[in-house]
Amino acid sequence: MQPEPELTCAEVVELVTDYLEGRLPERERDRFDAHLTACDGCTAYLEQMRATIALSGRVPAPDLSPDLKERLLEAFRGWRASG
Amino acid sequence: MSSRDDREGVVTELVTDDEPALVEGLKAGDDAVFAELVNRYSGAMLRVAQLYVRSRAVAEEVVQDAWIGVLNGIARFEGRSSLKTWIFRIVSNIAKTRAAKEGRSIPFSDLGPNEPAVDPERFRGPEDRFPGHWASLPSSWARIPEERLLASETLTLVEDAIGKLPPAQAIVITMRDVEGFDAADVCDALDISESNQRVLLHRARSKVRRALEEYLDAA
Repeated sequence: MQPEPELTCAEVVELVTDYLEGRLPERERDRFDAHLTACDGCTAYLEQMRATIALSGRVPAPDLSPDLKERLLEAFRGWRASG
Repeated sequence: MSSRDDREGVVTELVTDDEPALVEGLKAGDDAVFAELVNRYSGAMLRVAQLYVRSRAVAEEVVQDAWIGVLNGIARFEGRSSLKTWIFRIVSNIAKTRAAKEGRSIPFSDLGPNEPAVDPERFRGPEDRFPGHWASLPSSWARIPEERLLASETLTLVEDAIGKLPPAQAIVITMRDVEGFDAADVCDALDISESNQRVLLHRARSKVRRALEEYLDAA
């Protein structure tokens, strides 16, 4: 069997989502992991990507205006009265 | 810190575990249940709606129509997907229709331009001994103090970066990374294929990372 050529960093950054999603076929994942052990740049990149995901999860939800909440409760009362 | 994480874990569990009771309560017209669901999901619904229609006022109308859709459909809800996924499918469909009426269609099949995740200038050229390897290494963010990473300025930057994405990318990253839906739920709610979902997510995350890198490295 031909040995797989090593991944370049430019290839790694395009595979990072498939990697994090667990969507890389086993051999590709092995190549990806092998690259990471030898590459500080891509290790930092993967870490940045994980931080990006975590920070997105910290973005606060917009506040509901009291007016919208009132309209929603009104819609609910209308629905219940008609049901 | 750990006690807070534990509490968050309990809340997450509660959200999924009490769904059957919430569905029954809603079917029965229980106003406390409706108020609870409105508090739980309307902010997130508003955020998603706004990515389709842009204007806050129209997004609020979409959220209102979505709740009416939820109420009118709840008797037929069979729990094939989670209540949350079902609610987001409704808000997404209503927002999509509304956006189309305003001449703003959101084609999820259009994945956006195939731009590289990282500026090609960052990599060594073909004449180099190590072509395609980093010319300028990404920096580690591990040493950035948490209070700077989690500062509202940083989070606003993330929010703005998401807002500047093509709508389909913005909607997918919002549902996945901001709202925490899993891939299957996003595909279900948006009616897109798993591979399209992944491409949209990849392009979106790559651009948000880039915006964060520019901001964090500038300090």
